[in-house]
Amino acid sequence: MKFFNFHLMPYRHADLDAIAKNGSAWVTLSNRHYDPQKGAELYHEYLDQMELADKLGFDGVCLNEHHQTAYGMMPIPGILAGALARNVKRAKLAILGRALPLINNPLMVAEEYAILDNLTRGRLIAGFVRGIGAEYHAMGINPAHSQERYSEAHDLIVRAWTEPGPFSYAGKHYQFRYVNPWPRPYQKPHPPIWIPSQGSGSTIRWAARMRYTYCQTLSPIAAVARFFQMYRDEAEKAGYHASPDQLAWSNTIYVAETDEKAVREARPHLEALMNYFLKMPTEMLLPPGYTDPASMKRVRAAKVTGKPQSIEDVIKAGVVIVGSPNTVREKLAEYQDLAGFNTSLTKTQFGTLPDDMARANMTAIAQEILPHFRDRSPQGTRREAAE
Amino acid sequence: MEWPAPLRGPVRQRGTMANHSISTMSIRDCRIRLMRGGAGAPLLFLHGGGGMGIWLPSMARLAKKFDVIAPEHPGFGESDTPAWLDTIADLANFYLDFLDQLDLRGVHLVGSSLGGWIAADLAIHNCNRLASLTLVGAAGIYVDGVEQVDTFLCSEEKRIRDLFFDPDLAEAVIASSERPEMEDAVLKNRMVTAKLAWQPRNHDPHLHKWLHRIKVPTLLIWGGHDRLFPKEYAFAYQRLIPGAKVAVIPDCGHLPHVEKGDAFAAELEAFIGGTRIAA
Repeated sequence: MKFFNFHLMPYRHADLDAIAKNGSAWVTLSNRHYDPQKGAELYHEYLDQMELADKLGFDGVCLNEHHQTAYGMMPIPGILAGALARNVKRAKLAILGRALPLINNPLMVAEEYAILDNLTRGRLIAGFVRGIGAEYHAMGINPAHSQERYSEAHDLIVRAWTEPGPFSYAGKHYQFRYVNPWPRPYQKPHPPIWIPSQGSGSTIRWAARMRYTYCQTLSPIAAVARFFQMYRDEAEKAGYHASPDQLAWSNTIYVAETDEKAVREARPHLEALMNYFLKMPTEMLLPPGYTDPASMKRVRAAKVTGKPQSIEDVIKAGVVIVGSPNTVREKLAEYQDLAGFNTSLTKTQFGTLPDDMARANMTAIAQEILPHFRDRSPQGTRREAAE
Repeated sequence: MEWPAPLRGPVRQRGTMANHSISTMSIRDCRIRLMRGGAGAPLLFLHGGGGMGIWLPSMARLAKKFDVIAPEHPGFGESDTPAWLDTIADLANFYLDFLDQLDLRGVHLVGSSLGGWIAADLAIHNCNRLASLTLVGAAGIYVDGVEQVDTFLCSEEKRIRDLFFDPDLAEAVIASSERPEMEDAVLKNRMVTAKLAWQPRNHDPHLHKWLHRIKVPTLLIWGGHDRLFPKEYAFAYQRLIPGAKVAVIPDCGHLPHVEKGDAFAAELEAFIGGTRIAA
């Protein structure tokens, strides 16, 4: 299994009471609550953590994209990737953003990713996402155009990377007289494309057909297993056998000497993530048109944005793994076999977790977990296991 | 802009209230549903983002004097969702086709909210078949510095409360709005409304430049307590449309034809009567 140190770069000094009062850390939480002195420190703290991950032997570092939120300070992830590109010497550099529909000129993503691929001499992993519903409130992009813009922007970027320019492009949402970006990507034919999703059936089907690596965001392991099985099934339908390398699970891991100590230390920081930074009303998460009415009805019925979650809830559901080295190794092996993935996108810093604890956690994971999984592949993942 | 539940659903009225029919028709490739009743000069009513709703008491009253035609827009409710539907201008052009196909002349065009935006866009392009224009709490332009509620970033309950002046009416609507059989239509209407009005939010930045082209008598009926498009919008439209009159209905929210049906119909009748005398 490969391990990526996945950072959300939360504004960890956020006033949790202000978030609770506002009902969300997204879109409408006034940026009066952002202190640039503290923010500047945080950017350096988090970038230093990413460089440490490289030195500790993580296979990759992973950035993310969200807008107008205390949840993450990476609206323009390419800048932070650029800041890392020369000091992260060995690890892959994955951007699990660019929310393509939010961008009015997709050629800028083709250019940005090509620069990063050149800077890292071919260590870039290119993520393409739609962005969550809140992004459409924040950025003034019509959620009902989201699918069309995503698909058009993706096609244009891949063509810009693979077809010799200049050529003309005339789509519904984007038109260019000249498509001819300099630089071209370093990797051939282009950087690996990874597709993170919350589990949309149409996204899983599309990613499987395109043979793109599918990344499952924050979900209980049983759901993760079900989504990964869908991917393998879709791959079979498309006439090939999906490798576990095409499946990545986004999780949170916290390791301490004992289970009890790990839970005690992680609790306030993880619960801040679950109950404050992630919280948003349904109408913010799912604006009309973002998804089809059938999915909308399912989510409304499930009332996903409901009650507070404790650390015990998310451990039990297999959303996170928290415990002693032995517990974490056992759970991770169990989940790897159950769901059949070969990449772990691991948040080692989460919520309000301070720097010293994040670094201790990263070091413990590097020493106690990584070596045991270096050559481990999913074992015995079967269709039944996912049901 | 969802219809109040007590005023929607299967139509069962008979007698003076029920002089209308519901049918479907096709304009080129697009099949739509429409309600029609009464006799006289044609009065075309274009609904807002909440959908077609039912044959309202105000429509029944107007049907005593007019041939009231209330279609359900393409993309809404049970009407088709054509591949060409992207913008308000698409709907304005569709209704120009509609007027041609029905060969309607001397039409009194009335549009509420998003339907008012469609009506204004239609009228700047072609007034040939119109006798008058009435905008009711209309979207379409932007007035800086006016506080407006965000109907997309709020709960269903708050959205309904924001539509009405009378809190008791709002509560009654909320209490009866959670009918599961309505959910599909509500979601569909919300989705197409977002598609048409999300960005730029509820307006076309170019519309205001051409409103002077409206050459028919124009009335602006506004609820005095419209929280979606406050009455400053009526006066802004008045400044842009030559000779337009404003009628502000007191103690009324965003939907005067629903909340103050008689006052709404009386204003409209007086205005249309006045235009006839003037002509």
